[in-house]
Amino acid sequence: MTMHLDTARREAAATEAEAPVFYDVEEAAHAESSTLLGFWIYLMSDALIFAVLFATFGVLGTRYAAGPSPADLFELPLIALNTSLLLFSSITYGLAMLEVEKRRMGLTLFWLGVTGLFGLGFLVIELYEFYHLIAEGAGPQRSAFLSAFFTLVGTHGLHVTAGILWLVTLMFQLPLHGFIPENHRRLMCLGMFWHFLDVIWIGVFTFVYLMGVLRG
Amino acid sequence: MSVHAEHEPDRAAAHSRGYDGGGHDGGHGHGHDDTSTHHGSFKDYLIGFGLSVVLTAIPFWIVMADVFRSPTVAAVVILLFAAVQIVVHMVYFLHMNTRSEGGWTFLALMFTIVIVVITLTGSLWVMHHLDTNMMPMSPEHMRNMP
Repeated sequence: MTMHLDTARREAAATEAEAPVFYDVEEAAHAESSTLLGFWIYLMSDALIFAVLFATFGVLGTRYAAGPSPADLFELPLIALNTSLLLFSSITYGLAMLEVEKRRMGLTLFWLGVTGLFGLGFLVIELYEFYHLIAEGAGPQRSAFLSAFFTLVGTHGLHVTAGILWLVTLMFQLPLHGFIPENHRRLMCLGMFWHFLDVIWIGVFTFVYLMGVLRG
Repeated sequence: MSVHAEHEPDRAAAHSRGYDGGGHDGGHGHGHDDTSTHHGSFKDYLIGFGLSVVLTAIPFWIVMADVFRSPTVAAVVILLFAAVQIVVHMVYFLHMNTRSEGGWTFLALMFTIVIVVITLTGSLWVMHHLDTNMMPMSPEHMRNMP
């Protein structure tokens, strides 16, 4: 009887001793995925920033101060080209992530490079558009509409710039360290960031450019 | 459960909590069957890309070719296309679902959408009413205000 109790107690003690091992390991597994969840929450807060800028544009977007209107300024073929560049960059980033899963360094870097070039093309066209507008006298200080326009589209452009810098950084880190878990996590975060910027751009080309031109 | 934990700690922990994203838990040698839910396959990207090309091209065509006579109808239609395209991007590119991270990403997204809708409709609504109900005021009026 006493022997039996002893065994039971020992077993209980053994399970208790194992418990910290289990919790410790679980914590490590949690830390990885919490980065992605945390980054997602950052993206959501970024979405709120853009929501405020969209609301500002929605309020001020028709206040031309006797200046040029969207239909006078925007060249839709250029915006269509810009949009397709960003769309292509989204699928090439997806292709890069598929190569990451297959552990193929060369093709991963190739698709990341293509993504970066598409992003750069988008930025160049946007800067050309801004330069063109300012040269025409339709700079951000011309009217409330143009202030809101430059703030919204410029903030998106700054995000794309940050994304390209991040992409170039990872293109150096990947060959240096290989497909380590840290690099994998960074690529996942950048992917979320990149696709998120594409989602914001859907709002921009619809709400700012297409509906602006519709208003005439 | 503790026996499981000794053999495959990461997986047992992940499964007991209901995570589905096994690809980012630090171990790449295992849990490969789980990664497909988080990364999407080539087919997913292709479907998403095809859909977004169509959903982008149609609104541009509507505006550039002046398809609708009424600008209001055109605006509503292209807004609908934008909403659908945002969902397509969320599902096929951001691999959004109700299960990843134990449902927390989805909860954060829902919360954000509620706040975004309140911010947008609230701002437009309030500012529109202010705009239509305020009396136009000349600089002389302004100076002589009580």
